[in-house]
Amino acid sequence: MSMEIAIPQPVERENYLNKEYGVWSWLLTTDHKRIALLYLISITFFFFIGGFFALLIRLELLTPAGDLVQADTYNKLFTMHGMVMVFFFLIPSIPAVLGNFLVPMMIGAKDLAFPRINLLSWYLYIIGGVMMLHCMLTGGVDTGWTFYAPFSTNYSNTKIVEAGLAIFVAGFSSILTGLNFVVTIHRMRAPGLTWSRLPLFIWAHYATSIIQLLGTPVIAVTIVLVACERALHLGIFDPRLGGDPLLFQHLFWFYSHPAVYIMILPSMGVVTEIIACFSRKRIFGYSFVAFSSIAIAVFGFLVWAHHMFVAGMSVYAALVFSLLSYAVAVPSAIKVFNWTATLYKGSIHYDAPMLYAFGFLGLFTMGGLTGLFLAALGIDVHVTDTYFVVAHFHYIMVGGAVMGYLGGMHFWWPKISGRLYPEGWARLAALIVFIGFNLTFFPQFLLGYMGMPRRYYDYSHMPEFQVLNVLSTAGATVLGVGYLLPMVYFLWSMRYGKPASDNPWNAAGLEWKTASPPPTFNFDEEPVVTWEAYNYEELDAPHSEEVPVAR
Amino acid sequence: MSGHSTSSPLKTYFVIWAALLAGTYVTYKVAFIDLHPFNAAIALTIASIKATLVALYFMHIKGASEKLTKMVVISALFFLLLLLGLTMTDYATRLWS
Amino acid sequence: MPDSTVVSLQHEEQHCPELLHHFADPQQQRDASSLGMWVFLATEVMFFGGLFCAYLIYRLKFFADFGAASKSIDATLGATNTAVLICSSLTVVVAVWAAQTARRTLLIGMLAVTMLLGFVFLGIKAVEYKDKFEEHHVPGASFSFDRVPIPGHPDQYANPQHAQLFFSLYFVMTGLHALHMVVGLGIFSWLLYAARKGRFTPEWHTPVEIGGLYWHFVDIIWIYLFPLLYLIDRHP
Repeated sequence: MSMEIAIPQPVERENYLNKEYGVWSWLLTTDHKRIALLYLISITFFFFIGGFFALLIRLELLTPAGDLVQADTYNKLFTMHGMVMVFFFLIPSIPAVLGNFLVPMMIGAKDLAFPRINLLSWYLYIIGGVMMLHCMLTGGVDTGWTFYAPFSTNYSNTKIVEAGLAIFVAGFSSILTGLNFVVTIHRMRAPGLTWSRLPLFIWAHYATSIIQLLGTPVIAVTIVLVACERALHLGIFDPRLGGDPLLFQHLFWFYSHPAVYIMILPSMGVVTEIIACFSRKRIFGYSFVAFSSIAIAVFGFLVWAHHMFVAGMSVYAALVFSLLSYAVAVPSAIKVFNWTATLYKGSIHYDAPMLYAFGFLGLFTMGGLTGLFLAALGIDVHVTDTYFVVAHFHYIMVGGAVMGYLGGMHFWWPKISGRLYPEGWARLAALIVFIGFNLTFFPQFLLGYMGMPRRYYDYSHMPEFQVLNVLSTAGATVLGVGYLLPMVYFLWSMRYGKPASDNPWNAAGLEWKTASPPPTFNFDEEPVVTWEAYNYEELDAPHSEEVPVAR
Repeated sequence: MSGHSTSSPLKTYFVIWAALLAGTYVTYKVAFIDLHPFNAAIALTIASIKATLVALYFMHIKGASEKLTKMVVISALFFLLLLLGLTMTDYATRLWS
Repeated sequence: MPDSTVVSLQHEEQHCPELLHHFADPQQQRDASSLGMWVFLATEVMFFGGLFCAYLIYRLKFFADFGAASKSIDATLGATNTAVLICSSLTVVVAVWAAQTARRTLLIGMLAVTMLLGFVFLGIKAVEYKDKFEEHHVPGASFSFDRVPIPGHPDQYANPQHAQLFFSLYFVMTGLHALHMVVGLGIFSWLLYAARKGRFTPEWHTPVEIGGLYWHFVDIIWIYLFPLLYLIDRHP
């Protein structure tokens, strides 16, 4: 089905944005698209909170002495940075915003299976977020986002129970989102849309949902145990009673390792869609990419103790987990090969979403490879708890997940808002983000390898590390500018951007076959799918934004 | 899970109910006999049989036309066993060296 | 998956006022609700699973002390509670059958008896907790477990610290289970209310079915908790 030039329309069509006005029509909505926007606003807010803490961390580390904040305060800074970024930004980000918006549309459904549960999920997120904000404003937590026992259960004086409960509530939000996606994808696909015709974005979100469903409850019960231990003296991890602090770590990481796959899988799904569209080619090795998503979800549950290699666990068990950690890299590598093969002999277009996808490819690969360094027991002993680890996970979470998120926001912005963002500014922002990111985090690999410990506010016994720290802080500032720019021009485009046609990218996918922005029930008629995914051989190249579209 | 109702599903329910109560009674009684180390194995085996009966007959997995429900149950059990089993690799081998 | 024919919304609504707008037909809605409850129960398996993991580790490590602690809780009450829940599962499944066969009075009766049995369970639990409180077996400052012999070794005493671990797990596991029972009672009180209003028909009684699934799951958890907590080492 080839795209026609959009017919000039004198009157603005009814869509999900203008169907109803008023605060209550938003706060009581069950429309998955409006809920996605509610999430967008909320997670952006928390992104800046987390970013603010990051800024303070990097400011402190400009000089070797601990001269900006006190040690306890610094502990709180990196703890709150981690907790906010992990639980209130990264884990919801793509699934709750892009997933909520697109999953029903991509499968030709009118909404998710449980729209009211979807709204409940957002309210739970907000309640958790408010609890976390209150916790931060009244003293915060200083245990690290990993809140290890027995410090968290017995010795810390900070507001651990409150933070834990905030995360518990937010975790419930995550579980409900996953539940909604799984049931929707199983039960509400349009006629003719078999599993092998699904966009890989859907496969990625399905895999993500499996992790959310099976992993989150374990950290939920761990938080309950920590809260019980602190508040009710029901010591489970207390060494004085014969309890084992390592049991906490097992239970904590059983979720928190798969959690990192919750953060990266949706991003991979986004990147797959973008690379296919801007190479004008079907993804190479569709089945491999689909099954790799599931494999990542399953294998991701097998490797958690690689976070505990130096904590006192059995060496023999460590061997097993090290081996499994190598295995989990394989499906991710398969995906990287498939994306690269898709680019080969493709007709590449360098629009902003594609720039983010390229950034993802390089940075995720680097992050992933350094993960293999960490999976090796010998190297891990050397670099555990140093900046090497910090750099590794930021390459994946920021260089990978956040880049994918930004790429996806740009790619689907015309669909979500009905407006085109300014392409020039977007490409500039992508470049600034890429440069800022590498400047921030590459020095951290070097710092870590040379021995700078993480979570230290004072490195005055290693003053030679200052140069790299200064570079890192400078990079963080550049990165911050790169993140602010899209905020500005996305908002600008909502009022002044060119109206978008149904399919400005000439992309494949059911979401592009309806208006931008879509009507409340997504499609005027239920689609019947008779074509394979990524049928780019039947679609023209994307138009530039000079295509005339009447206001 | 709509009606695969035979002429009297009630009869099946009562039979299962009786089996569950019998299993409970046996578990309780056997616990007071010293069969160490088999006490735990017997108790857990009977418990698993009871759980399976509840799942198959009361929760209507048996007779459910779709494999999806069974897949969900099997996945949950699989990941639970993963949690228990892989954690045990640490505890079981800590004192080896 | 429904057929490829597009179904008109108004047509379905005439037959089934409970059909929600985003579903193509009542069968799809029913299948979605059922799958949703099963998936939720899978998450609950993992939720309790963390506790079973902690229990497994410590029981293997401190078997003798756990045996002594386990012996001090009342196995007869535990067995009774197990029987109570099994009976309540029966009443639930009869309730579902009653809904399927349009037997409204039976449905209401079975829902009520289920709730009654649920309250009996909680009552017995309250008695147990009171006993533990009186014996100073509640973990915390006033916990005491002195000079309690290990089953089978009357000359050795159990380690009170390890016993405290057992009781911590006992209270968290049975407490969490009891919390789920309370939620179940809440759900069933709504089901009872809706049944009395005549909202359930053979064509649509999904809440009864999925409420039943939840109740059976809570029963299954207890089926495991009973031998694990009460019957660790009962021989004299």
